[in-house]
Amino acid sequence: MSTFYQLDFEKPLAEIESRIEPLEQQLRALGGGGGVEGGDGASGEVGLESLEAVALREDIRRLRGAHSAKMVELYANLTPWDTVRVARHPKRPQTRDYIARICKEFTELHGDRRFGDDPAMVTGFARIGSVKCLIVGHQKGRTTQEKIVCHFGCAHPEGYRKALAKMHLAEKFNLPIVTFVDTPGAYPGLGAEARGQAEAIAVNLREMSRIKTPIVSVVIGEGGSGGALGIAVSDRVAMLSNSWYSVISPEGCAAILWKQANEQTNSAAATSLKLTAKDNLELGIVDAVIQEPPGGAHRDPAGTASAIEKWILEQIEDLRRHKAAMLPARRYERFRKIGVYEEVSG
Amino acid sequence: MNMTSIPAGPSPSSTPPDQTGIEAALEAVKDGAASSERQLAIAAAAPTAKGESARTWTEVKPQRKSVIPEGLWLRCPGCEQMIYRKQMEANAHVCPECGHHFRISAAERVRQLTDPGSFEPLFTGLSPTDPLKFRDLKPYPDRILAEQLRTGATEAVKAGTGFIKGRAVLVCCMDLTFMMGSMGSVVGEAITRSIEMATERELALVIVSCSGGARMQEAGLSLMQMAKTSAALARHDDAGGLYISVLTDPTTGGVTASFAMLGDVIFAEPRALIGFAGPRVIQQTIRQELPEGFQRSEYLLKGGMVDRVVPRHELRNEIARVIDFSGR
Repeated sequence: MSTFYQLDFEKPLAEIESRIEPLEQQLRALGGGGGVEGGDGASGEVGLESLEAVALREDIRRLRGAHSAKMVELYANLTPWDTVRVARHPKRPQTRDYIARICKEFTELHGDRRFGDDPAMVTGFARIGSVKCLIVGHQKGRTTQEKIVCHFGCAHPEGYRKALAKMHLAEKFNLPIVTFVDTPGAYPGLGAEARGQAEAIAVNLREMSRIKTPIVSVVIGEGGSGGALGIAVSDRVAMLSNSWYSVISPEGCAAILWKQANEQTNSAAATSLKLTAKDNLELGIVDAVIQEPPGGAHRDPAGTASAIEKWILEQIEDLRRHKAAMLPARRYERFRKIGVYEEVSG
Repeated sequence: MNMTSIPAGPSPSSTPPDQTGIEAALEAVKDGAASSERQLAIAAAAPTAKGESARTWTEVKPQRKSVIPEGLWLRCPGCEQMIYRKQMEANAHVCPECGHHFRISAAERVRQLTDPGSFEPLFTGLSPTDPLKFRDLKPYPDRILAEQLRTGATEAVKAGTGFIKGRAVLVCCMDLTFMMGSMGSVVGEAITRSIEMATERELALVIVSCSGGARMQEAGLSLMQMAKTSAALARHDDAGGLYISVLTDPTTGGVTASFAMLGDVIFAEPRALIGFAGPRVIQQTIRQELPEGFQRSEYLLKGGMVDRVVPRHELRNEIARVIDFSGR
C-alpha cells in the first residue's frame, strides 16, 4: 500500500498507513510476521507469543480498522472534482482489465476497413457468463508507451468507424453489444479533423439508435463528451460510482467559462457540470449506478468487475425479452424524453 | 464538444452584458415569475420587428459588442476594405468587394432563405430553464435572460414551415447571436420536433447550422440532445425523408458531431469554419501551427466531408434543385 499512488484527499489514509508499517516491521522482527496479514484470523496463535507481539498485533488491527473506516468516510464524501480524479486514477481498471476479468473468451477484431486500426478503441467477440456478445470499449493504456499509442483513450474517427462496423456485425449475428466508456473525449487533432471526427461520431449516434440488438453501456472511468456518447447510444447505461460523464471536462469548462483552469475553477466547474454518477442518474441520463468497493475500483478490481458483470447480465437478460426489431423504438424513447425546458402555448 | 474557441469575430456569449437596462428586467422576471409572465417581460423589453415598442431598444440596452458588426461603415475581415454597411446588407450580408460571408442572425437567414411571407414559425413556446442550477462567473438564468433581452429571441434556433422557391420545407436556422448558437435542451427539442414533423408530413428538412457546440450550462442534458437529434434523423432516413444540412460559419463541437454532419446532402457556405474541436484546442494539443485554410469549407470539400460549397446567393437555387431530385 505504501507505494500506492495517492490522491491528495487520501492523505489521512497515507498517514495511517505510515503508522502501520513500522509496527508490522517490529512484529516481523519479533518473529511473529506470519500472522500479520491474516488479521483477526490469526488469534489462534496469539497464546504462543510474547505480550509485546500481542500488543503490536492489537495496534495494527486497530489502525487497520481506522484505515477502513476513514476510507469509507472519505469516499462517501468525495467532491465532484475528487471523483473526477478517482476516475482518472492511474491504477484504475480499464476496458482490457475488465475484459480479462469478465470475459471467458475474447476474440479481438481490428480495423475499420477504411483507414486503420485505432488502439484507443477495443472491439471483439466475447463470452460473459453464458452470453455471447460483442465488446466495444475505449482503452487508455497503462504504461507510458501504451498511453501514447492509445492517445490516452482519445479515439480517432477510425476508432468510431471500427466500433460501428463491428456493431453492425453483432446486429447481423444477433449478438448483444456491451460497451465500456472511458475517454476524456474524442481526439482533437489534425488527422482526426481531416478524416471527419465529427462525422464519425454523428454517424455512430444515428446508427446506434437503430441497431436491432440489445446495447448496454458502462461508464467505467471518464465519460467525456461526444467521444463517450459515440459508443453509448444504448438501451441501458450505467456508471461506476466514481466515474464522470458530461458534455466537457471540468478543465475545459473552467478554461472557457471561468477563463482559467486551476484547482479552484476546475472544482467549481466539476460541481456545476453535475457530472457524477448520482447526478446523471437523477437527470435520467443514466439508468443505474454500479457501486464501487470502498476506496474505488482500483482497490478492488475483482469486486468491481463482478458487480459490472452482474449488472450487464441482468440487463441483457431483461432486454432479450423484447423482440430485437422493437428495441430501436424503445431506445428512441429513452433518449427522446431527455431535456428540460418550459413550454407555453404559442 | 463545447463552445469551442472560434477565431474571428467577438464572442457574444462571453461578453458581460451591460447591467443597467437588464437589471430592471431581471428584477421583473425574477424567480417565481411564471413562464408566461417571463415571456411577456421579454417581449416587452425586446425590440419588435417593426420597432414600434414603447421602450426603444437603445434605452434598455446601450452599445455593446456583437457577433454582427455595427456601424455605418465597417472593415471587411476578408479583404480589409472599408465597405458600406447598407450595401453589404443588401448583398445578403456578403462583402461586395471580396465575397466574404458575414455571420447573420437566424431571423435574417430565414428571411433570405424562404419565399417572402411563407415562413410560419413553430415551437416558439419553448424556453430554457436552469435544470442544473449552473453557476459559473454568473448564474445561467441571468445569462439566458440577458441574451433574450438583447436578441428578442427565446432561444438559439428558429424553426418553421415555409417554401423555398415554391418547394415546401421544414426549416431550422440556428441563431449564432444567442449564446453562440449553443445547443441545450430547447434547441435539441425544437430540432427533434422539426425532424419528427418533417418525417410525418413528408417535408424536405433543411437545417442551417451555426453553433459553438453543445451548451455547457446544461451539461449532460446538452450532450444527450446530440443523441436525440441524431436518432430522430435515423427515423427520418428510415421513412425516406430528405435532409439538407447547410453548414455556416462557424459550426463546431456537438452540433457538428450530431445532426449537422448527417445531411443526405451537405452544403457549406464559403470559408465557413467547420470542425469537431475548435482550432485553439487542436493547436494546444498538437503544439504546431495549423495549415492555412484548415477546417474551412473548401478544405472539407477537398477532404470529401461536404457535397458542395455554396455561396449564399446560390443557396435557394441549390436547395430547390436537390429537393426536386429527391422527389419530395
